[in-house]
Amino acid sequence: MRIFVFAKRCGKEILRDPLNLAFGLGFPIVLLLLLTAIQANVPVDLFQIQTLAPGVSVFGLSFITLFSATLIAKDRESALLQRLYTTPLKAVDFILGYMLPIVPMAFVQGGICYLVAFALGLPIHVNILYACLLLFPVIIFYVALGLLFGSILTVKQVGGICGALLTNLSAWLSGVWFDLSLVGGAFEKIASALPFVHAVELQRLAVSGAFPQALLHALPVLGYAAVIIVGAVFLFLRQMKKQ
Amino acid sequence: MQAIKTVNLTKKYKEVVVDKLNLQIVQGEMFALLGVNGAGKTTVIKMLCCLTEPTEGEGFVLGNSIRQDGEKIKRLIGVSPQETAVAPNLSVKENLELLCGLYGFSKQKRQEKVRELTERFRLQEVFLKKAKTLSGGWQRRVSIAMALIGEPSVLFLDEPTLGLDVIARRELWEIIRSLKGKATIILTTHYLEEAEALADEIGVMKNGKLIAVGTARALMERTGADNFEEAFISIVREGQV
Repeated sequence: MRIFVFAKRCGKEILRDPLNLAFGLGFPIVLLLLLTAIQANVPVDLFQIQTLAPGVSVFGLSFITLFSATLIAKDRESALLQRLYTTPLKAVDFILGYMLPIVPMAFVQGGICYLVAFALGLPIHVNILYACLLLFPVIIFYVALGLLFGSILTVKQVGGICGALLTNLSAWLSGVWFDLSLVGGAFEKIASALPFVHAVELQRLAVSGAFPQALLHALPVLGYAAVIIVGAVFLFLRQMKKQ
Repeated sequence: MQAIKTVNLTKKYKEVVVDKLNLQIVQGEMFALLGVNGAGKTTVIKMLCCLTEPTEGEGFVLGNSIRQDGEKIKRLIGVSPQETAVAPNLSVKENLELLCGLYGFSKQKRQEKVRELTERFRLQEVFLKKAKTLSGGWQRRVSIAMALIGEPSVLFLDEPTLGLDVIARRELWEIIRSLKGKATIILTTHYLEEAEALADEIGVMKNGKLIAVGTARALMERTGADNFEEAFISIVREGQV
């Protein structure tokens, strides 16, 4: 019960910040519209809507990390978290309370990306529903990253690390904006070793209905998500003790 | 009965910030902890609230050990931290309801509690406003109201009027005075007149040590000072009374 009370509060804090809405929903939609317009004039395979929409639905989730980390870092910097540590809330209440409300928001964000993609010509198919469901491991990865960064960084650092670095990593190493094989070499190997490209491939294959191959890409994402969750919980508990 | 008791309570980070503190506060009393910057007041509060573990020694809140009975103690205390601790994007009403929810109150009790605190703290005019839009004085008022939601037996107010203008400070004094007798109150402050006006007993800390305890009058008599400010300066300069 306490988890839900706290989760509700966290959800309200995020949704009532207009910047979050602008970046969380506005930015991915603008990207979809802009790149579809470019595609109409200068056709590029990568920007065809069935390839682009899955990529943007994953890329948009990097902002979810930013929202989550900013909220936690703000709470830590203000005395609010200190106050809440003196209430009957337990560590698990805090951790789930911060993570839970962001999961449905992330699903809504992904869903809206696909809805906009329908309007831009993506065929309506049941595969899209499965693709949305398969966002789950990706969402967990990004939400856990938020908990991790929020536990160790200041609000200003969160802006730099999550707002700039993570979104750039998500962009460059995911194959959303350019084909990684065109760069090749160490760059492609590093990208393959990280979860971003697998998250995008997971979505693209799900949209195309190639579920067995899609699930193969889910494994590295789930692996990273598990490691990040363990790290995030450890770091959150450590900062809680340090308070 | 003693609400607070510490036995050689010590906190060391790189340096010792609280040094073998032995303090006793009687239940129902309003106790002010004074000291210059870095005296260790906030660290004492943090240890007693189970936010910071002591390095050595022990502390008890209503007989419960701060080392072992943290969960029990959390149900007995209310805390208003030094900085205003409100959820910025929630309204005053939602902030009060949040704390009610965290204490597991039923819907009926939540409504009663919110109504009671809204009236006591005269929050009606800002009730539906987001906390981040309020002035410092209003935010501090809300913050103290939130500290009372759990019906604490011991209330910690860490610099409750810091940075407020004289009117807002006097209004908060009235509110704090009205809490007397309902809970044991431990107040840290830099404002000597605040301690003198509100507290039953005053403790003075310097360099992590408790160097004087007594009523404002008793401390003035012991130092031979004409007023409490002179008494405080004398105590801090001489180091012990």
